[in-house]
Parts: sequence; C-alpha cells; structure tokens
Amino acid sequence: MKMNQIVFPLVLALAATLATTGCKHTPPKTTIIPGQQAGAVGGENGGGTLSGGGTLGGDTGGTGINTSQGGGSTTGLDEFDGMIKDPAALAANTIHFAFDSAAIKKSEDSNISAVASALSGNASNKLLIEGNCDERGTEEYNRALGERRALAAREALAKRGVSPERIRTISYGKDKPTDPGHDDAAWAKNRRADFVLLHPKP
Amino acid sequence: MKKIIFNFLIIGLAAVALNSARAEDQPIDIVGGGTIFGQKPIPVSLSGFTGEGAEVLKFDLAVQGFSFVAPDAAQYLISGSDAGSISGSLTDKFAKRVLLSRSYNGASLRRQAHAFADDIVFAITGKKGIGQTKIAYKSQPAGYGVGEIYVSDFDGANAQRITKDNAIVAKPAWAPGKLALYYTSYALDNPDIFYHSLTTGQRSKIAAYSGLNTSAAVSPNGSKIAMVLSKSGSANIWVCNADGTNLKQISHGDEDSSPTWSPDGSWICFATKHSERRRLAKVPASGGTVQYLNTTGAPNPTEPDWSPDGKWIAFTSQMHDFNVCVVPVDGSMAPAVLVEGQNPSWSPNSRTLVFNRSMGYRQVLSVLDVFTKQYKDCARATGSSSQPAWAK
Repeated sequence: MKMNQIVFPLVLALAATLATTGCKHTPPKTTIIPGQQAGAVGGENGGGTLSGGGTLGGDTGGTGINTSQGGGSTTGLDEFDGMIKDPAALAANTIHFAFDSAAIKKSEDSNISAVASALSGNASNKLLIEGNCDERGTEEYNRALGERRALAAREALAKRGVSPERIRTISYGKDKPTDPGHDDAAWAKNRRADFVLLHPKP
Repeated sequence: MKKIIFNFLIIGLAAVALNSARAEDQPIDIVGGGTIFGQKPIPVSLSGFTGEGAEVLKFDLAVQGFSFVAPDAAQYLISGSDAGSISGSLTDKFAKRVLLSRSYNGASLRRQAHAFADDIVFAITGKKGIGQTKIAYKSQPAGYGVGEIYVSDFDGANAQRITKDNAIVAKPAWAPGKLALYYTSYALDNPDIFYHSLTTGQRSKIAAYSGLNTSAAVSPNGSKIAMVLSKSGSANIWVCNADGTNLKQISHGDEDSSPTWSPDGSWICFATKHSERRRLAKVPASGGTVQYLNTTGAPNPTEPDWSPDGKWIAFTSQMHDFNVCVVPVDGSMAPAVLVEGQNPSWSPNSRTLVFNRSMGYRQVLSVLDVFTKQYKDCARATGSSSQPAWAK
C-alpha cells in the first residue's frame, strides 16, 4: 500500500511523458469485445452482439401471436369475424378524393347512395371501407389520411341511414395503390375509398 | 512489483487520455458556436487500415462529424492495423499527444472497428459514440404493400428479419434499454400494434381496436405507449400503459399523427392541423392544453422525433420533396432544413439521425451528422427500407 503510494505519482509522470512523446513501443491497451456467447445476433454473417444479450427469436417465434397477453386490448371487431369479403359487389362504387383531402365530393353522391341501398337491401350484410392514398405524403401521415377518408365515407353512409355499427374501416395508407404508377393519373386513381361488402358465413 | 507498475502505467495512460479528451471537448460544442448547422467537420487522417476496418472507421467517423484528409492537413492522426484484429492509436497532432492506443479482441473485426471508432469519438469529443448501436426498420420488396420488420447495426450491417407475416408492417419502436419492439402489423387483417420480445420471439397485442392502431411511441422510461387510434371516430393520439391497459385519449385534433415523447416523459409532440395549416404541437402526456411549435419555413411538418437530450425536434417537411429538418424545442431559432429525406430518428447521443431517402422509387436508410450535414447510406438492402428507429 505504502509502496503503491510512492510508485503512483512516478508512474503518472512516466505515463504523461510517454503520452506526450507518443512512444510507439508502449504495449497498447486491449479491449475485449464480448463474443458470440454473450448474446449473438448470429446468422450467416456471424457478426456483432446486442448490448442487452440474448438471441433474436423472430424467425422461430415471430409467427405466433400470443393473444392471451396484452390486457386491455380488444378488437371490437368480433361481430365482423369470419364474414365473407365480396370486393366485386361494390367495386363500381369506389369513391375518389382530392389531393390531401378526406372530404367526400358532391360528385360521389350516386356512389354513396348505391352503397347505402346495397346495405339496406340485406340487413345481414355489413361493410368494410378501405381508405387509400397516393404516394405523396409521409407514411404515417398517409395511414391516418386513409383512415380519415374511410371514416368520412362511413359518416356519409350514416347520413343516409346506414348504422355505423355495420361498418368497419381500414386504412392502407399508400401501401395498396390500384395503379403503381408515379404520375397524376395514377395518383388520382389511388386517392380512394373502396367498399367491400361483407356477407355472413353461410 | 513489475505487474503493479504496469497496471498503474495503464491507468495513468487512461487518465491522460480522459483529461485530454475533456480539453478537446471545446471545438465540437454544438450549441455554443455561431453556426450551428453546416459546421466544418474535424479533419482526421487514417493510415494502416484496409478493407472492412477502414470501411467501418470511415462510416462511423463521417457520421459523427469527422472528415478524412491527408496527414499534413489533419488535426488528429489515426493509425493502426486491421490485419486479423483491430489495433490502433489516435494522436493529437497539434498538441503532439497520443490520446489513445489500444488493441481489440473478440466478437468480429467489424465490431472491433466500431469499438475503436467509439473510443476515438470519446477521446476527442468526450461523448459516447454510436458505433455499437442498433436500429429497427421496415423493409418492403415492392416499395409498397407487404413487408417485414428488421433489426440491424446502425450502419445497416448484420440485418436480421424479425417478422415473418408477409403483411403490411409499419413504424417499429424500441422498448428503451430492452431487446423488444413495438410495431404496427396488418397480420390479423387490421392495423394493430404489437409488442415483440426479441429474446423469446413472443408477441402480444397492445392495441387492436376498431379502425386504425399505429405509430407506437414508447415513453423514455418504457412505462407508457403513445399511439394513433381511430376508435373514437377520428384519428387522434392516445396513451396507454406498456401492456396496453389504462387507455386515455390525449389529443382531439382533426388530423393528428406521429406522437413522440419528451425525454422527461412529460410531453408528447405530434403532427396536427391548426388554422388550416399543418403544425407540430405538444401536449402534456397526461392530457391538457395543446401548444403549437414554430415551424415557419418548413411547411407541412410530420414525423417529429424528440432528441434524447431534450433540445431538438427532428421532423419531415414536405415541400416539393421531403426534407429532414430540425427545430429547437424552445423556439429559439427557426427550423433548419438539413437534407432531402423522411422519417428521422435520433441516435442516443442526440447528434446523429437515421432517416430514409429516395433512390429512384425506393427508399434507402441513411445516417446523418446533424451539425455538419454529412450523411452516408446504410448497407444496401434489397427492396425499400424506411421508418428506421434508433435503439436507445
């Protein structure tokens, strides 16, 4: 202990001298990087570790969704479960929107009326409204915009007497273009809400 | 005795390195200087490294404010070898001082080079480097439609697929300090938010309400999730506990999207519309009065991301193209337009952003040093990669 106290200042001085003169013969300090056993990402590349340790279980376990966990989550869509999608029935009644707008155009009145009567004609049918955007606009903004379009269509149907409980909405944002082109014509087609009739399981 | 002296020698060297690191902290003090953005990078020279070691060092240092020049123009000299393993030294040429001399062992050569880059950054700036951090992102083969969530090193290397749903996915977010993600998936035929443990592969539903469930953002202590739900009839910001319980609506705007937390967990910033203009706003995380941020000059702001040091909000502005911008939270200056791109996410050290930018009709991930505006594209993946989230 006493020895150390004497040696320490000397060593510090020596170290400082070495450092300032940049002595090339100083044995370099070695940093051991935690290897694979400390929690490898693994894979063919065999590289790297994750700081928290542990392997990524995505490939083996990622396909299962444990619905027993996650308290408070409810789909609220139980009554729609298992219904048969009929995208063809109302395909002619797709409505289109102005750029960055969720307002239902006056010119879409006839389509809204046609969808409303298809639902009033059969009380056991329900409806899925799919809101979509063109590729302009950021991803999550567009996901919200697509939902606003679907909700606006639902609102328009409610005004024509369709119970909103019979309608569910889904936004695909810009993930489901009907025309994958990158011009005005494609964008105009993609700014839309599609109506998918839902039949009860036979 | 010899051993004791040797140990002290090492400690002494380390102490010298640390002291000089603090002394060198001044030139990179980002807020004190006159020009905050577009600062000159710190010139360094690199010798003795070839192949992967050189590639990693160049990437890591370029995106942390350094440029590579000939030794006579350099302020710092980096020399060493990547033959078999990484060893190297860092010399301050002006002060004629070795700041760092070290060799690395274990893991991969690539990881060793990242560790050396981190040591260089710390020795010069006194700040923790980002070389050994991770990102999560989504990748879409067609540029739209179905995709999967991936995790990789921050530079895109060692990418690993996390999901296998062949479904639309969106907006991964890390649980702070954990190997776990929240993300949106259409796997159950609706945009729902899932929690996914990367250690066990187990997933659970966090939000699967009628309509939209997306844009999960985790509070800095991991206890709360902010997200966008449309269950009330319009798309708004909601907050719940990490397990999905205790749900509360906290915004009531017409066009709300993309929540992000302040580092103290007391505020949530989000994109919205106010007086017919797109704005960024902040609201107390427990609900309350909405305040609007000054983003004049950066129209149509979306996708805010609050820096871990609390000072900045990075976001996307839509002009003719998308641009990554930064604005101080305190409103002390106008937003700065940095580079063309979208979806910025801060690094843990609040200096660097990962974002995605257009390359033709697909998106590539890129890493940006905010204060010098230098950026480098991540390792190229097939398809289109976007919505990166930096693990913190």
